[in-house]
Amino acid sequence: MNNLRNDYYKIVVGLGSCGIAAGANKVYDTFKGIIEKSDVPVTLDETGCMGMCYKEVLVEVINPDGKSVIYGEVTPEKANKIFESHIVEGRPVVEWIVKADDMETSEDSFFSKQMRIVLRRCGVINPESIDEAIAMDAYKAIEKAVKTMTPEQVIEEVLNSGLRGRGGAGFPTGMKWKFARSSEGSTKYIVCNADEGDPGAFMDRSVLEGDPHSVIEGMMIAGYAIGAEEGYIYVRAEYPLAIKRLKIAIKDAEERGFLGKNIFGTDFSFKIKIKEGAGAFVCGEETALLASIEGKRGMPRIRPPFPAVKGLWEKPTNINNVETYANVPYIILHGAAEYAKYGTEKSRGTKVFALAGKIAKGGLVEVPMGIPLREIIYDIGGGTSSGKKFKAVQMGGPSGGCIPAELIDTIIDYDSVNQTGAIMGSGGMIVMDEDNCMIDIARFFLTFTQKESCGKCTFCRIGTKRMLEILERITKGEGKEGDIELLEELSMNIKKNSLCGLGQTAPNPVLTTIKYFRHEYEAHIRDKKCPAKQCKALIEYKILEDKCTGCTACSRVCPVKAISGEVKKVHKIDSSICTRCGACKATCRFGAIIVE
Amino acid sequence: MANKCCCNGRSRYFDKFDEILSKYEGKEADLIPILQNIQDAYGYLPQDILDELCNRTGLHPSQVMGVATFYSQFRLKPTGENLIKLCFGTACHVNGAEKVAEALADELKIEIGGTTEDGRFTLETVACLGCCSLAPVMMIGDETYGRLTPDKARKIIRGFYKNWGE
Repeated sequence: MNNLRNDYYKIVVGLGSCGIAAGANKVYDTFKGIIEKSDVPVTLDETGCMGMCYKEVLVEVINPDGKSVIYGEVTPEKANKIFESHIVEGRPVVEWIVKADDMETSEDSFFSKQMRIVLRRCGVINPESIDEAIAMDAYKAIEKAVKTMTPEQVIEEVLNSGLRGRGGAGFPTGMKWKFARSSEGSTKYIVCNADEGDPGAFMDRSVLEGDPHSVIEGMMIAGYAIGAEEGYIYVRAEYPLAIKRLKIAIKDAEERGFLGKNIFGTDFSFKIKIKEGAGAFVCGEETALLASIEGKRGMPRIRPPFPAVKGLWEKPTNINNVETYANVPYIILHGAAEYAKYGTEKSRGTKVFALAGKIAKGGLVEVPMGIPLREIIYDIGGGTSSGKKFKAVQMGGPSGGCIPAELIDTIIDYDSVNQTGAIMGSGGMIVMDEDNCMIDIARFFLTFTQKESCGKCTFCRIGTKRMLEILERITKGEGKEGDIELLEELSMNIKKNSLCGLGQTAPNPVLTTIKYFRHEYEAHIRDKKCPAKQCKALIEYKILEDKCTGCTACSRVCPVKAISGEVKKVHKIDSSICTRCGACKATCRFGAIIVE
Repeated sequence: MANKCCCNGRSRYFDKFDEILSKYEGKEADLIPILQNIQDAYGYLPQDILDELCNRTGLHPSQVMGVATFYSQFRLKPTGENLIKLCFGTACHVNGAEKVAEALADELKIEIGGTTEDGRFTLETVACLGCCSLAPVMMIGDETYGRLTPDKARKIIRGFYKNWGE
C-alpha cells in the first residue's frame, strides 16, 4: 500500500441514460461513499456512453501509470470488491474485466472493427467538463476555420469529405451548406435536428449526453460557413439528461468565449438556443420541425422552397442532424482527405448504429462505411441473444425495412442499403431471430406511423389506417386472398401522394417484409398459421404428456386459470380460456409446454 | 387537482401560472414552452388555465388546443400518483413488450392509457426510453425496470401495493 500513497487511481463511472437505467447512479454513490471513508487518494469522475450497453453498469479504472481497465455489469457489491482488490491491493478483479489496455478479453471483438470519429470523446471525457473536451481538441476546428479559412473554403472542405446527412436521407452536407450560403438575406439560421424519434435508435442521444461540445462546434462551423449567427437545437423533451448536459455545455462555451460575440477575436459571432420538442415523430421532418420551433403544430409543408431558401421565420436555414454536425469538427481539423479515407466511394466516413433487439452484444457502435452487415451482427454483436437462428435486421425504423438473413453480406453504405428496400436511416439496427413474426413487425411499425401521421395528407392519414387494419386482420387469422396485393396498391399510393418523408416511407416496413417474407404472409392468409408462432389467434399452447411431471408450476402461474390437473399427474390447458400469454411456457422447467 | 383545493381559492391556484407567463412575451413561438411549464407545474394542462392563457396572450383557443392536442407530451387529464411508462420501442417489441403490457393491464384492471380506480397508477406506453439493451423496459416514476417478463411486471406492481400495506 505504501507505494500507492503518492499515486492516484481514477475511477470513471459511465453515466449515460442506459447506464443510469441499469443502476449506474447507485454504483457511483457507492464509490463516493467508499472514497470518502478511505484514506487512499482516488479521483472519481463520470462519463457518457462507452458503447457496451449490454455490459452496463460500466466502470473504468485508470491506473496511476495511465493504463486502464473497464469492468462490466458492476453492482454496488462489486464496486466494493473492485475498490478493495484493485485500488487498495493493486490486484484487478480479472473475471469482471471487459476491456483492458494490457490484456485480451472475450469482449475485444466488440471494439476491434469499430472506428470512432463521431464518438471520439464519448465515454472518454466527462461531458460536463469543458476542460476535458478542450484537452481532446474541442473548439480547435472552429478556431482553425475562423482564423485561417474563408467560409467558401470550409464548404469546399466539407464537400470534399463526402459527408452525407446522417439523419436518414443522406443528402451531401456540403451541398446543403452551399445552397444556404448562396441564399439572399442577412439573417440566417442554423438548426440542429435532435428530435431522434425512431423507436429503437439512441445514437444522437448518446452523442448529446456523451460529448455535447462536438455538436455545438459543428453548428458553429456551419454558422460560419453559411453566414448565420444564431442556432437552434431542437431536442426531444424525452431526453432530459441530454438537455441538461447541452445547457451546461452551452453555458461553459459562452463563459470561455467560444460562443458569443467576436469569437477568437474575429468578426464571427454565434449563439445557440435549445428548443424542447413535445413528442411528435413527424417533427423529425425538417419543415415540420421548423413549424414546431415557431410554436405551431408540427406539420410539414410543400418543398420547394427548401429551408435553405425559406426556413425558420422565412429566413434561409440550414438543418442537419446531431451526428452530421458531430462529424464536422473532425473534418475541418484533420482535413477532408483524412476523413474520406474511411468508407466507400459514395458513402464516406463512419456511421454510428444503435445495435439492439435480439442481439447478444447490443450497444452503440461506430463503424467505417462499407463494412459488411455480417461483421456488425456477428463479429461486433456476437450473433443473436437467444442463440436461435438470425432471421432479419430492421434498419431505418418506421421509414426503413427488414434485411433478411440471406442478404447478410450486404455492405453498409447508403446505396447498398437502399437497394435492399431498407434505408440507412438514422442508425437504428434491430436484430430479429426466428421467433419474430414478420407480419407482426410490419404491423408494429404501421401502428407507429399511423399514430404519428400528422393528418395533413389524405393517403398518409387514411391509407396507413387501412393498411394497419388489413395487417391486424391477417395476424388474427382473418386474412383474405388479395390482401397482399391490396397492401401493395395502398403502399404505392401512400408513397406517391404524401408530402413528407413520414408518409413517403411509411409503407417500407410492409413492402420489404412482403418482398422477402411473402411466404409468411401467405401462411397467415391461406393456412391460418404463424410460422414464427407469435400471432395469438393462430397458435395454441399444449402440454406434452410424456414430459409433464405434474409439478403444478404452470397452473399456479396461469393468470386466467386455464390449466388444470392434479399434483404429479399430467396437466391440461383449456384453449378456450387460455390467453396465450406464455407465462406457463416460461415457467415450465421440463420443456413440457409447446406452441403449435 | 390538489392545487385547486387550497384554502385561498382561485388566486393561489393561478399563482404558478402567473409566474410562468411572466417569463415569456406570450407570442406564438412561446406557446410550446409555456404549455410545457404549465404541465410541469400542474401535472397536466387544466382547462381553466388554458382559458386564462388565451385571455391573457390573445392566442386563439383553436391555436392553443391545436398545439396541446397535437403533441403527445401534453395531457389534458391528471394522471395517477405513479405513472408507468412502458416502452413500446422496437427492441422492446421484439423482446415481448406486448405481453408485458397485457400482464400489466390485467394486473391493474385498466386499459393502456387508463388510471386505476384507487388513483395509484396510470399506465402509458412510450415510443422509446432508449435503454434498448435492457428490453423490455418500463419506468415507474424515475425508476427503470429492465428485462421484464409478464410475471416480473406483475410482481413489481404487487410489490408497490405490499409496501403501501394494501
